[in-house]
Amino acid sequence: MLKGFWTLTWLETKIFLREPMGVIGTLGLPVLLFVVLGRTMQSVRPEAATLAESAPFNLAILAALMIAINAVLSLIAIISIYREGGILKRLRATPLSPLTILGSQVVVKLMFTVVSLLLLVAAGRRVFPGAMQVGLPSFTAALLLSSLSILSLGFLIASVVPTARFAQPVGAAILYPMIALSGLFYPVSRFPEPLQVVASILPTTHAVSLLQGIWDGSGWGAHWGDGLALAAIFVVCCVAATRVFRWE
Amino acid sequence: MKRTSTVISVEHLGKRYRSVVAVDDVSLEVHEGEIFGLIGPNGAGKTTTMECIEGLRAPDHGTIRVLGLDPQRDAAALRQQIGVQHQEAQLQKRIKVWEALDLWARLYPRAVGVDDLLERLGLTEKRDARFMTLSGGQKQRLFVALALIHDPHVVFLDELTTGLDPQARRAIWELVLGIRARGKTVFLTTHLMEEAERLCDRVGIIEHGRLVEVGRPADLVARHCPERRVVFSSDSPFVAQQMSEVALCRSITNDGDTYTLHGEGDDFTTAVIQAIARADLHVRGFRTEAPTLEDVFLKLTGHGIRD
Repeated sequence: MLKGFWTLTWLETKIFLREPMGVIGTLGLPVLLFVVLGRTMQSVRPEAATLAESAPFNLAILAALMIAINAVLSLIAIISIYREGGILKRLRATPLSPLTILGSQVVVKLMFTVVSLLLLVAAGRRVFPGAMQVGLPSFTAALLLSSLSILSLGFLIASVVPTARFAQPVGAAILYPMIALSGLFYPVSRFPEPLQVVASILPTTHAVSLLQGIWDGSGWGAHWGDGLALAAIFVVCCVAATRVFRWE
Repeated sequence: MKRTSTVISVEHLGKRYRSVVAVDDVSLEVHEGEIFGLIGPNGAGKTTTMECIEGLRAPDHGTIRVLGLDPQRDAAALRQQIGVQHQEAQLQKRIKVWEALDLWARLYPRAVGVDDLLERLGLTEKRDARFMTLSGGQKQRLFVALALIHDPHVVFLDELTTGLDPQARRAIWELVLGIRARGKTVFLTTHLMEEAERLCDRVGIIEHGRLVEVGRPADLVARHCPERRVVFSSDSPFVAQQMSEVALCRSITNDGDTYTLHGEGDDFTTAVIQAIARADLHVRGFRTEAPTLEDVFLKLTGHGIRD
């Protein structure tokens, strides 16, 4: 079965924590971005009563999306470094199943996504009182589903990019523009037709729609379509990744 | 001679990558308790052959059996019984030595004690060290430890000492001999002829994917390079004359007062010594030069192993 799964997951967690810069980058930057942007916007519009009024878009959703994307970039880096260093090859020659090897990485990333989100909420409640009125379990679940869907796209990227040095810029070049197309800054309906089509198949678009819905209190019922789309993207990317994934 | 059973049998193995033939019709047998070495230059097909035997690659042609198992069909069962060390495969930079061994130990139903193994491989002091801080030799010892953690019957070692300094290399050799002493069968690859001569009971010489020759190193040398050389210095002006009576001697060359006698066969050296004694020659710096596996390789392939 999934022999060694928890041992490997725990080990990868410890290994991740042993690289302080990586931890700060993955966990801290989205929180920092949120606080700095929030402060800046408040100073631009001091008359606004709340953070939501002072900002032209939902900063918390942007920060949450950054958390997910950072996790994906980190996963792409790890997979490509492990492949280039022969670590994947060495692990695969053991009784560990491929699903265990890759699955434990995903679990580690999701764990840190939750930690990062909790940090974000804690910081938000402290710095912007009243700005973080959201059902945390529901929002966490939505972020995890979104992360999983974007992570599967990350797997696909990590599967085809040949070297570790190249993987990170390629990942960033693909993922960051997706934020611009996600509908967070401008409604997708205002995009030109072709861009709307592109946006509709990107996981980030559905992630933003779902997260925004949960944030605004409209709940899962109103956004089951986004949830389904995220799940569908996950399945498609996983199937595609198993076909093109290279272990060495 | 002790009767031994066959642990690995390979028949007509063929493997190609797109248009490149990596392994071409290789057949060989490895017996229980021996160290078998596949030797040849980089790119000759050593690693591909080994990885087909380990079940990591699917061969295009041929039949492979390891401990009676088919490496492709019975991959899971075989993995329990073989230990594998890969060439150039690393570990996570920040994993600790004991953590790697502990993970590996948990993956097998039966495992030897982590601390015993660390002791045996001289890694006890490095138990809590991160992988990235280990020296080349220590890394290789850890890889050997990982290959031995589940007490496998057959151990595969791919280019184990490449890039190590001579001292670390010797330490690894001792280790490999220790594995054999515990009754294991070892299949290794190397492009170092000295390593093959020191370690291997039998070697297979592979080039361009073809197995050129298989046998005991000494037998291969005797078969393909029977020539022997005796070198000594002497002030006597009559050396060439006096030594020409040695029946096995084919030619004599000299560089000043240093003479090189070229002959053939194991009795050549004895014959030269007797001739020196008979002639009452005063000689200095007497030494013999026997051909090595390197010479065999040169002769069989027409070029040196590093060319």
